[in-house]
Amino acid sequence: MASVTYDHVVKRYTADLTVVKDFNVEIKDKEFMVLVGPSGCGKSTALRMLAGLEAISEGEIRIGDRVVNNVAAKDRDIAMVFQSYALYPHMSVYDNMAFPLQMQHMKKDDIDKRVKNASRILGLDNFLKRKPRALSGGQRQRVALGRAIVRSPKVFLLDEPLSNLDAKLRGQTRIELQKLHRDLQTTFIYVTHDQVEAMTMGDRIAIMNAGILQQVGTPGDIYDHPANLFVAGFIGSPTMNFVPATVDNGTAKASGLEVKLPKPVSAAKGTLGFRPEAVTDRVVEGGPTMKMKVDVVERLGSDQFLYGQVGADQVTARVDPRMSVQPGDTVQLGLDTRGLHFFDAETEKALI
Amino acid sequence: MDFSVLLTDLPTLVVVIIGVPAVLAAYIVGGEYLVRRLPDKARPSVRPWIWVAPALLLVAGFLVAPAIGTLAQSFEDKNGAFIGFQNFAAQLAGFPTGGAWIAIRNNLFWLIFYTLFVLAFGLLLAVLFDRVPYESVVKSLIFMPMAISSVALVVIWKFMYAYQPPGQPQTGTLNFILNTVFHQDPRTWIQDESPLLGLFPLNDMALIGAAVWGIVGFSLVILSAALKGIPGDLLEAARVDGAGEITIFRRVIFPLMMPTVVVVGTTLVIFALKAFDVVYAMTNGNYHTDVLANRMYQLLYNSHDFGGASAVAVILLLTVIPVLIFNLRQFRAVEARR
Repeated sequence: MASVTYDHVVKRYTADLTVVKDFNVEIKDKEFMVLVGPSGCGKSTALRMLAGLEAISEGEIRIGDRVVNNVAAKDRDIAMVFQSYALYPHMSVYDNMAFPLQMQHMKKDDIDKRVKNASRILGLDNFLKRKPRALSGGQRQRVALGRAIVRSPKVFLLDEPLSNLDAKLRGQTRIELQKLHRDLQTTFIYVTHDQVEAMTMGDRIAIMNAGILQQVGTPGDIYDHPANLFVAGFIGSPTMNFVPATVDNGTAKASGLEVKLPKPVSAAKGTLGFRPEAVTDRVVEGGPTMKMKVDVVERLGSDQFLYGQVGADQVTARVDPRMSVQPGDTVQLGLDTRGLHFFDAETEKALI
Repeated sequence: MDFSVLLTDLPTLVVVIIGVPAVLAAYIVGGEYLVRRLPDKARPSVRPWIWVAPALLLVAGFLVAPAIGTLAQSFEDKNGAFIGFQNFAAQLAGFPTGGAWIAIRNNLFWLIFYTLFVLAFGLLLAVLFDRVPYESVVKSLIFMPMAISSVALVVIWKFMYAYQPPGQPQTGTLNFILNTVFHQDPRTWIQDESPLLGLFPLNDMALIGAAVWGIVGFSLVILSAALKGIPGDLLEAARVDGAGEITIFRRVIFPLMMPTVVVVGTTLVIFALKAFDVVYAMTNGNYHTDVLANRMYQLLYNSHDFGGASAVAVILLLTVIPVLIFNLRQFRAVEARR
């Protein structure tokens, strides 16, 4: 149990290859923090620097109050779950979980107690004697978790632990991990490229792109108030609608849409952003409307997504599943201005 | 050089170049033709034999038949009369210094030290070079003696071991070092039978040392490949789990390399049992450095003792077979784990 602080951390491989730039995050004790971003954004590198598997080029990483820049991985008292699980193939499940405890020269009885306890929590009791080779993907994943939890580490690192599981198992494990976090009362740092995992599991989310931290906040915060165009586009599925617009006297004009901005903005040009659910089939009296030429209709039972053209722009709308629309139709749609965003054309920062 | 023989034998050459593939093709086509005429059920069981038969014939003609011949000869005297186990008795008489016993003792030394040193150095170098820049260059250097013929290797090592009486300039590398660095009298490395560490004859060890130098690249390359096959994730996981580098080697790297170590080890055991060329070229088995393969050669070509030579060959064969079977099984196990 400890907090983790990234203080102006930089990771540079060569003079012109910097993969993490001026990274600043404070992760509270017992928090479930998710680092999320597209592949190659530096999130794994940030985690590996904390684990002690990569050197820190600049800045400081602290676990609790202790600066760990020059502390070897084995002395940092952290546990890590790898994407590949990295189980020792020549050891039984039991020995895999006992290994980190043996490294601490713990007594055999205590090791036994802890391993048994972890295997009970993770439902591995019947597999303790098996080699990893003889386990399914999900079981291997749980052994990897077991190897981490037996140690009661200060910080628990997870590097894309679900990406090798099938969709159904991934959903289950997501819930199990949250339970585990609640039971263990330990700091979790979780790296993923999947925004759904980030949104569902994180107490807070840190979004990275191209080595730069974009925004840190609670899932709700980030969803409702994205700091910039990248965050707005990365979080949410289907993605937010972006239409280029010019601003004239507090009104944004796009190719097929005109909307009075709820707040004056300084920029004359920019991008109007609204999520599919802000587009409604109920046209609000006096509110902004748009005509959509529907290309594709997706019915998911609980939802209905319309993909089509509004003026010259692609727009996605989430509408009532009972609304009857055929591809090729032109429909009149409304826009809920409470979910409206406006991004500066140059800086891409959110102005609304 | 006179190449005219090639011209006069041109017809033979043509016959060989065209004839051999033609016979093979005819065999395959004919075989297939016959197989197709068989009932459907019988075909799958017959067809493999058609394809394997040529290889089986070659093995039978060039390997099995001579082995049986050797076995038969080991029970015969010079005139071809059956004499039971007398040849074996002669070879195994006079323990511990008579008959083949010195050679057997030396083969045992080879078996232990040659195998051990080659494995140990190969493993050590593989682990060290794994973290060296220009790794492939360094590995090629170590591998290079593999390309040298054993006789050339012996010539090189004779320079290393060369001896001049005390007081004279030492031309041998080892004696030069012994003389100038350690201020000791030179030693006759190849003749000196005085025991090293009170146990093992110095000249035996000198021969083994030269052979080790020649083969260590082989174990280095194979063990290095096995080392590279261990996923980096595992080592990182062990590091995070709190293991130091030596513990990681002992608990993670070495166990994972073990199957490969065993395969290389058993291969080396076979090499050690077959040891011949270095001994033959360096001492010809003198100064009590003889080994079984060299003894067999001497009996056959110098003493014309066919029975005795065959007996030694049979002893050698019987020792190698179990190792060979173990080696093959282990190799299959390694392959199956991939």
